[in-house]
Amino acid sequence: MSAADIAALDGIELHDGEPVFREPWEAQAFAMVVALHQRDVFTWDEWAAALSAQIHSGTDLPYYRHWCAALETLLDTKRIADRDAVQTREKAWHEAAARTPHGEAIVLDPQ
Amino acid sequence: MDARVRALESLLVEKGYLDSAAVDEIIETYETRIGPRNGAHVVAKAWLEPDFADWLKRDATAAIHSLGYISRQGEHMVAVFNDDETHHMVVCTLCSCYPWSVLGLPPTWYKSPPYRSRAVIDPRGVLAEFGTDLLDNVGVEVHDSTAETRYLVIPARPDGTDGWSEEQLMACVSRDSMIGTTLAAKPVAA
Repeated sequence: MSAADIAALDGIELHDGEPVFREPWEAQAFAMVVALHQRDVFTWDEWAAALSAQIHSGTDLPYYRHWCAALETLLDTKRIADRDAVQTREKAWHEAAARTPHGEAIVLDPQ
Repeated sequence: MDARVRALESLLVEKGYLDSAAVDEIIETYETRIGPRNGAHVVAKAWLEPDFADWLKRDATAAIHSLGYISRQGEHMVAVFNDDETHHMVVCTLCSCYPWSVLGLPPTWYKSPPYRSRAVIDPRGVLAEFGTDLLDNVGVEVHDSTAETRYLVIPARPDGTDGWSEEQLMACVSRDSMIGTTLAAKPVAA
């Protein structure tokens, strides 16, 4: 299976065959996975397995939180981005958001 | 979670595993399907029921909530009505300021810094790029959406829609018409 078979994913909510998002970041996280798959960073089977394992890990989370956790695990396992780097970067985004005046785009490390 | 996702994306872009444009493109293909049906419902109801329109003008947050469209962010909504004298348009570069419970996902151009700065300096120029030509005597008011107050543009009801049902009218209301970059229009070749 090489195409992104969305309907094959464990627990995904679809409407007319399309995913349902409740907040913009969910769509962003969804699209990142499809894009990474298209670049052959992982196969769709690998992704489906990682997501399923996360959903059945025993933690009770909203669907797209599981989605992000599964992505982080997969990226860590594949040594693409380790968890510490993601944590550090998240903190940097929070700091950048805090110092950005309303209405301006948030940028990391302004030169 | 917004920051977490931004963190992941920026890391992957830096490492060359991801291209932001490709991610945006994938989002675009889905957002057209998610569609601003909630907002279109609000607009169509306002066209049909003067009492509901008045309620929207007085207290948009409550009027919108009455239809079951509740945002978990708890922001204040303001409905601005287009008429013969004024055209309203909404800007903001933070997607967190976008009333997605009513409008669905924000279009990617809405988040771009050029849209915001140009919409403020040259609103008519931006409108022209969207194919929206206003009469010279119509003033343009640009509203800055914030985390506290988010705007919903109620476009003018298109001519020739007398007697239309709520469902038919909803088809006239595009997402962009509720941001104010286009006008509401009858669907082409219904």
